[in-house]
Amino acid sequence: MLDKALFYFFAGIAVVSAVLMVTRRNVVHSAIFLITALLATAGIFLQLRAEFLFIVQIILYVGGIMVLFVFVIMLVNLDVALQQIQFARQKWVALFVALALAGQVGLMFWTSGKMPGQGLPVLTAAAAAKLPPNSETVARSLFESYLLPFEIASVLLLVAMIGAVVMAKKRA
Amino acid sequence: MMTSIFQATIEFLKAFWAPLLCGVAIVAVLPLIVGYIVLVERKLMADMQARLGPMRVGPHGLLQPIADAVKLLIKEDIIPDNADKLVFWLAPVLSVGAALLSLAGLAIGPAFQIAQDINIGILFVVGVSALGIFGIVLGGWASNSHYSLMGALRSSAQLVSYETAAGMALVSALLFTGTLNIKSIVEAQNKEGIWFVMLAPVAFFTYLVASIAETNRAPFDLPEAESELVAGYMTEFSGFRWSLYFLAEYANMIVVASVATTLFLGGWLRPFAKFHELPGFHWLNFLDFVPLLLMVVVGVYCVQRVPKQPTRVQQLFMLVVAGLCFVLGLVLLAPVVVPIAKPFYAGIHGGFWFIFKVSLYIYFFMWLRFTIPRYRFDQLMRLGWHFLIPLSIINVLLVGVALIAGSYLNLHGWGLLLVTTPAAIVTLIVAFLILAMEKERNAPQDQAAESDFYAG
Repeated sequence: MLDKALFYFFAGIAVVSAVLMVTRRNVVHSAIFLITALLATAGIFLQLRAEFLFIVQIILYVGGIMVLFVFVIMLVNLDVALQQIQFARQKWVALFVALALAGQVGLMFWTSGKMPGQGLPVLTAAAAAKLPPNSETVARSLFESYLLPFEIASVLLLVAMIGAVVMAKKRA
Repeated sequence: MMTSIFQATIEFLKAFWAPLLCGVAIVAVLPLIVGYIVLVERKLMADMQARLGPMRVGPHGLLQPIADAVKLLIKEDIIPDNADKLVFWLAPVLSVGAALLSLAGLAIGPAFQIAQDINIGILFVVGVSALGIFGIVLGGWASNSHYSLMGALRSSAQLVSYETAAGMALVSALLFTGTLNIKSIVEAQNKEGIWFVMLAPVAFFTYLVASIAETNRAPFDLPEAESELVAGYMTEFSGFRWSLYFLAEYANMIVVASVATTLFLGGWLRPFAKFHELPGFHWLNFLDFVPLLLMVVVGVYCVQRVPKQPTRVQQLFMLVVAGLCFVLGLVLLAPVVVPIAKPFYAGIHGGFWFIFKVSLYIYFFMWLRFTIPRYRFDQLMRLGWHFLIPLSIINVLLVGVALIAGSYLNLHGWGLLLVTTPAAIVTLIVAFLILAMEKERNAPQDQAAESDFYAG
């Protein structure tokens, strides 16, 4: 009961603030609602007992990336930004993509009961005490099972970072 | 439906009444503690500048924090006309909320911890306290004033730069523990019988500098530099809203001091805690009487000052303070001497040592504030990006190498010093190399008038 209430609480906040993020005219307000959406998602992670994902979501997205976002927004002249067009006018593409996505989700719900072994798996919740410690599990899967993809991803990030530095240097 | 919700609430309260109570206690008591930290800071500043400091309200100004709090509460609440009202209202609350929330993860002694045994312990404290930056940035923006915006910009740039160095410093200490859980971190230091400040001194230094920058304290208090920006991001805030920012700043100081204490200074452990039960080291148990001694010294000093007080009320007040010190001393003595109180030894003395270490760390902050002049913003950025971040990355690398060497040589406890000390020395040599390089590179630049992007 409490679990369900908490889930709908966080999910509701996430959806509402995501919608508000897109529709607000003021960029700073949009940023605040994006932060709220990210925090609500972190709350859902915590409810799933994925503590590590919860704190990584907060440290990386909210504490790192969003601080940089807000920092850049502060440097932008807001009065000019307010007069510009808010939405890109690509109604038909957007409609198509949205319908395709809705179709996919609907198909999944529809097939969930029909075929054995397909659709949405219904998991039974384990007791919190029986779950393995979360950060250790994440570390093990990153550094044992998926070491190569992990390293490739980190090299990719390094390349992007060096690229950004080189591009910034050229202009100066 | 209604009854099920009601029942869920009751169940929730049943399971969590103790943490909730602790939470309320934190929210209620912290402002008082912060007030007295401010008083100590003013007294220290006065002492270092050969003044007396606040002396009027209560004996030796002991009631000054309460007078200040009352003044701030009854001040007129001003919101500038062109401010973004909602964000202006939200910003100080965000700052305080983040700082108070992160206190929940801390363990003050083995017995006192609100969010007990969370797997991500130290990350929770660090991550949530970093959210307080939004209060500063949004507050600066919402005031619709250039000074405020400048302060907010500086603050966010500063936090992003120094968070990396602080994170790397935390990583090098965490390499020794292999866990993020706060209790396990302290227990690991107990098991090794050595605090991590000895094993990773460079990381401790890096964290010290980075934590000063993160809490916007002098000499890195550029976001509120009064000589350039009036009061930085809180220029337009007054009265209660301003005091919320103030509360957040000092709460953040307590948080970083507690994190440093937990990770590097052995948390709630007494010095040489491992020798408590070992035969042949019983003479070290005199350390159990240090808390009592401290309280007695403070109490005797208070009694000695009683005749010097001008009025009867102040004399009485001084006596009460002395009495409180003696009672506290007895409470701290009881678990050591009285057999019935033995079970409380870990809790009471753990709490004492933790608070003692945190106080020392905060004292060091204040000492630095009154000693070192404020940095220029480009100097601050250069120190962060060109010195601290490379240093901390190299330190993580070398500490890792030292740990692997230690595990090959099967070293434990104090033996680990054999491999970590060379690592620290190599890191220091690298640090001096970086400094020399910096000097060479900046020598011709300093003469040319340098335009500084961030300082505006």
